[in-house]
Amino acid sequence: MSGAMARRRFLALGGGLALTGGLAACSSPLASGLTGSQPNTADVIFWNLFTGGDGANMVLMEDAFRKANPGTTVEATILGWGNPYYTKLALATASGTPPDVGITHLSRLPLLAASGLLEPIERTGASELGVTEDRFTPAAWKKATVDGTVYAVPLDTHPFVLYYNVDLAEKAGLLDAAGDGLVPLKGKEDFLAAVKAMKETAGAQYGAVMSITADPSTAWRYFSMIYSGLAGPVVTDSGTRIDLDDEAVQETVSFMQSLTAGGLMPKNLTGSGANALFSTGKAGFLFDGEWQIPSYRLVKGLRFNVVPFPALLGPQPVAYADSHALVVPRSGRRSDARTRTAAEFIKSLLDHSAVWAEGGHIPAWLPTQRSKAFLDQSPQRNYVQAAFDAQYDPVAWYTGAGSDFQSVVGGTIIEALAGRVSPKGMAARMRSDLKRYTTARPPVTMK
Amino acid sequence: MTTVVSTRPAPAASTAAPPADRPPRSERRAGALLTAPFLVIYLLFLIGPLLVGVVLSFFNTTTVKSGLGDFVGLANYREVVTDSLFWDAMWHSVVFTLLTTPPLVILALVVAILAARMRRGRVFYRIAFFAPYVVPSSVVALIFLWMYTPQIGLLPKLFGAVGLPVPDFIGSTSGGWTAVTLMTLWWTFGFNFVLYTAAIQDVPPDVYEAAAIDGASPWQQIRHITVPLLGRTTSLVLILQILASLKVFDQIYLLLAGGPNQSTRPVIEYIYDTGFTSYRGGYGAAATMVYFVVIVAVSAAWYGLRRRRAGSTAV
Repeated sequence: MSGAMARRRFLALGGGLALTGGLAACSSPLASGLTGSQPNTADVIFWNLFTGGDGANMVLMEDAFRKANPGTTVEATILGWGNPYYTKLALATASGTPPDVGITHLSRLPLLAASGLLEPIERTGASELGVTEDRFTPAAWKKATVDGTVYAVPLDTHPFVLYYNVDLAEKAGLLDAAGDGLVPLKGKEDFLAAVKAMKETAGAQYGAVMSITADPSTAWRYFSMIYSGLAGPVVTDSGTRIDLDDEAVQETVSFMQSLTAGGLMPKNLTGSGANALFSTGKAGFLFDGEWQIPSYRLVKGLRFNVVPFPALLGPQPVAYADSHALVVPRSGRRSDARTRTAAEFIKSLLDHSAVWAEGGHIPAWLPTQRSKAFLDQSPQRNYVQAAFDAQYDPVAWYTGAGSDFQSVVGGTIIEALAGRVSPKGMAARMRSDLKRYTTARPPVTMK
Repeated sequence: MTTVVSTRPAPAASTAAPPADRPPRSERRAGALLTAPFLVIYLLFLIGPLLVGVVLSFFNTTTVKSGLGDFVGLANYREVVTDSLFWDAMWHSVVFTLLTTPPLVILALVVAILAARMRRGRVFYRIAFFAPYVVPSSVVALIFLWMYTPQIGLLPKLFGAVGLPVPDFIGSTSGGWTAVTLMTLWWTFGFNFVLYTAAIQDVPPDVYEAAAIDGASPWQQIRHITVPLLGRTTSLVLILQILASLKVFDQIYLLLAGGPNQSTRPVIEYIYDTGFTSYRGGYGAAATMVYFVVIVAVSAAWYGLRRRRAGSTAV
């Protein structure tokens, strides 16, 4: 009997020791875990979704802040791009453990703002640091404003742009007199003729290429750009009403198919396929986002340039674009001093956004956009106008970068590019896609 | 190991212990105490969330705001059952089950029989076949993603080297299914293999001895003794496999993200996409409930069938 007692006492003692040891060893994370707060491991906790070249540039910008503010610590966490990031940002903020500063795409802002997850920028003290409307690209600032309140500080504009192979363009007679741009192209006939010249006169395998297969986002950007020349957003009233212009859809798809059906452009091509064809000089044009510039710079012997798309169907050029922006997620526990540090961090990132522009993006912060550090960057300086012509995703709770909406609607556009949907039948197909979202019950009511 | 026990015939009801044989009170108390941790965790993390899920499915709950949101009655359910993408996703889970269950059961049986007949190194083969099962899905998915990558991956190169057309493992629907099926096969068949190995060890050796004396060849022994005696294990493996395959999520999510164009998205990813990515928690809960009912119906039907069969053979 005494043996059993001794064993029990021994176990109890051991258990107690293990427990107290565990508590003492990791008191702060454990305590913060139990109270459900974000552990204060640094003065600024910054969440972003950048990897690769953008990720490296962001680290340089964080380091610049650290150097200028030696007493202030910054902890940057990189989460998976797209949905995984937004899911975590929203859930962390809703459950009261947000980071101090986060990155968002402006196309994703409407829902975050409507759910009350973000601190209005004027309440962060950023305006006293000079972060004011007059110093930003107007289109980006407008998109950062939801229902009259500014919720995000735009960092850049990243449009869908036109890449061209300089050697092929020269052979096709498409270079302007100065040799650093294309001859002016006005409307679809000019554009079609230019693509044809790349193939027929310059002898490229394809006049133009773009990533189509399994890439609904690119398809959506392409469609959205062309369609926006003719009509307004495809959904209105905060995404509750379909506002599709059937004739504009038909015209857009006819135009897209006039490029793919004639063999000027492949109907099916993966992202790596488009990359390979353009890199090896087998394609005259590439339709893609400017963020691909760094990877094409690495290709030896490829001379390329990047310009905004000309006006295609409408009278004015349209640039489909999105913006990265900085937000301060709402937290009841953040002290005023901490919020102030967050605002200083944001301001510092803006001041160093010439580094950010290396990734191809157009700085939204006008002091940088007009600085020599940026204007020396080519081809970035060629398409600054695109930031001013920027057309973003329609305002709704379901739209935005990497959203389900883009993959569903983009999937239908891929079908049209491949020629499996006729221009006439497209509006009905798109309407049934959009209906899924307009009739779904929104998670939050939006004005 | 409980699975091995369950393949044995259950004791007949008539032998149920008379009241006099009931264990003493202290032992019963000990039993209750020993099962308490399990029961607490089971209630807290399984029954509790399930009930919360049932409640959520009647509300327009969102994951970006605290609280339940507005009561919407059966509206979520109406939307789920009329959403073609939900049924597409359900069908994809079924397709995955149809693709993976037969090879996972047959291959495990064949390999278990072969491994049991090894004279040397039996332990090595058993470990080798089971080992992939303990690797986490994220690791397996990463490795296979490298092997499937177009242009530079091992498999496209291998196909190219022998002059076969290279399937687009990641970019096409049929390629995607092939990729996921092959990966799942390599990764999970070890579990069924272990179940079969255990059952094979339960077959009494004297049966084989008698068969050998009667002049049965090894193949005849396998066909007429091993396989029939493993019947109960097969039906168990089959139902476990069907349920596991219907629950598929991680391989497809990690390898293909449900693509291309959501053509391989399983129903659990649909629930994840709507419930978390689109922040529609209540709707996701309703989709979960519909899926839960289907899974329960499948298992109930299976057990019903088994029972009827077992009943008819007993008579």
